[in-house]
Amino acid sequence: MKDIREDIAWAKINQDVMKSLENPRKLYWVILFLALAAFGFGVGCEIYQYRTGMGVENVNNPQVWGLYIATFIFWIGMSHSGTLLSAILHLMHADWRKPIYRFAEAMTTFSLMTAGLFVMVHIGRLWQFYYSLPYPNDRGIWPNFQSPLLWDAMAIFTYLSSSVLFLFVGMIPDLAIARDNMQPGWRQKLYTLLALGWEGTDRQWRNFRVTYLTIACFLIPLAVSVHSIVASDFAMSQQPGWHVTSFPPYFVAGALYSGCAAIITLFIILRYVFRFETYMTLPILKKIVRLTFAIAMVWTYLNAVEFAAVWYSHDEASKAVLIQKMTGTYAPFWWGMIFCGSVVPLVFAFKRFQTNIPVLFAVSLLLNLGMWLERWMIVAPTFSHGYYPWTWDHEQWPSLVAWGMVFASFGWFTLLFMIFCKVFPSVSMYEVKEMVYHRTLHLKKSENAEQGAH
Amino acid sequence: MSKRHLLALYGNFEEAEAVVQELRNATIKGFDVNDDMIVKSPIEHPEVERFLGDKPVYVQWFTLVGALLGGILGFSLISGAQANFYMQLKGGKPIVPFPPNFVLTYEMFILGGVFITILGFLICAGLPAKRSPLYSTKVSVDNIAILVEADESAISELKAIFTKHKALEIQEEAGK
Repeated sequence: MKDIREDIAWAKINQDVMKSLENPRKLYWVILFLALAAFGFGVGCEIYQYRTGMGVENVNNPQVWGLYIATFIFWIGMSHSGTLLSAILHLMHADWRKPIYRFAEAMTTFSLMTAGLFVMVHIGRLWQFYYSLPYPNDRGIWPNFQSPLLWDAMAIFTYLSSSVLFLFVGMIPDLAIARDNMQPGWRQKLYTLLALGWEGTDRQWRNFRVTYLTIACFLIPLAVSVHSIVASDFAMSQQPGWHVTSFPPYFVAGALYSGCAAIITLFIILRYVFRFETYMTLPILKKIVRLTFAIAMVWTYLNAVEFAAVWYSHDEASKAVLIQKMTGTYAPFWWGMIFCGSVVPLVFAFKRFQTNIPVLFAVSLLLNLGMWLERWMIVAPTFSHGYYPWTWDHEQWPSLVAWGMVFASFGWFTLLFMIFCKVFPSVSMYEVKEMVYHRTLHLKKSENAEQGAH
Repeated sequence: MSKRHLLALYGNFEEAEAVVQELRNATIKGFDVNDDMIVKSPIEHPEVERFLGDKPVYVQWFTLVGALLGGILGFSLISGAQANFYMQLKGGKPIVPFPPNFVLTYEMFILGGVFITILGFLICAGLPAKRSPLYSTKVSVDNIAILVEADESAISELKAIFTKHKALEIQEEAGK
């Protein structure tokens, strides 16, 4: 299995990555078109819902905005692995992160931006969105600082802004490379502006290292807090099926899981579309796959803990929701979640599949399907089977308008992500050079040690 | 006396290190090795710091101040709003409850820390910066550059050192 070669010329690294900004394979345009079409369809659905009212969603009380919020949680979860893994692996000096962290961090940013859309969409009355902004005001609506929903808004804002800054700071040296190697035009102007006059001086590198490390240290607890707080939106309510102590770690594990699965999907797409076979190598993919497998097992365990906690708690209402999930209207989706989330990842345990790209691509999509179902199975069954039997309604099914917006979110995310990868270097050039340099040094040291032994 | 810039490019760190050592050992009138020399490299290189000697980094002080300010500001704003208890009926519950406020204080602590760290980085690294008088795009590929600023009289001596160490290219600022 080929890994990044130690003898690769640094000029070639620049050349290859810069080429990706100009000349992707045709599939890039196909993906972009499909994403645009999906997003356009969703915009149409939103306009229709905006003009007609939330009734077009085809769900009423007790379901209300379940589908939208489930999708919101999915995108928040998806955002987790990018920046969090990048920060953790940076602190651990894991060299293999270097060719893949940039797109993973971009994934975080765009997932959060996608999630934010659903906060607005689920309100229905978009024109009153500003009512939900948490600031004391003369309308007499005082923000409830004890509400996890408010914590959520603050945590997501902090995570989004910090992730964008982390992504930007890490990209400055590469923007300078792009500035120096690009033909005059709008791109060069953009890179010149964003590179901030970076020249790689010793002073710049010294401060850069400390800054990057410091932000990485902040981002790890921040990322954990974000999804713990999203979990608290549910766990701190008294609803059956939501009032579970293990929800925060369960949500964090789920978030990491879906994020890792998405990294595999995007890794495979970028590797092909931008001809990054030299940098996004199979040994790196193998490492991500193993990490995903480990997280999948943690998620499976936490699922079991949650079910056991509900089952043995003797809380009849919660137990009824669990039984409803397993045997009622939602059973196919609930079992689908178990299958996709706990059974499918077992494929990763087999060595021969750990680098089989078609299998990994299919599996990573199934994992994320499972993770989306997980979020839906957290939200919808509790709504449809709450404390009061007269509110039970298991038969409501969201309309095409609602599903349209869910699908559109994938289009919106893909659109942003693919445009980013075409405009900015999605493989970190300077860090790949560092990786190659460290390997060369390591190789030299081993050779010297061997010679010394003889 | 007027100052001029000189830029030498090297293909590897060992050579650049040797040049810096020689510049340190040589006593050249009109050139101060600590203040008048900048090393530019395509990657973050621990070797550069080793041969240039330890130089202080102050970014972490910005971080500390930012994080503390963020935390204090967050807690004050929340508590200030809650303390307006005529507007918000508390029903016997604490006016300023610490456990839930801790969450937002924590978020603001991080937000302040990150934002001010970035500000500190920009200040300490001197960014945004104007293009140096001499710059080579080869630094963004694989070359190490040594940029010196010296009196007119020192230029020839510096040039001789660069040439002795087989500089790939030497750029010289035009005389004023």
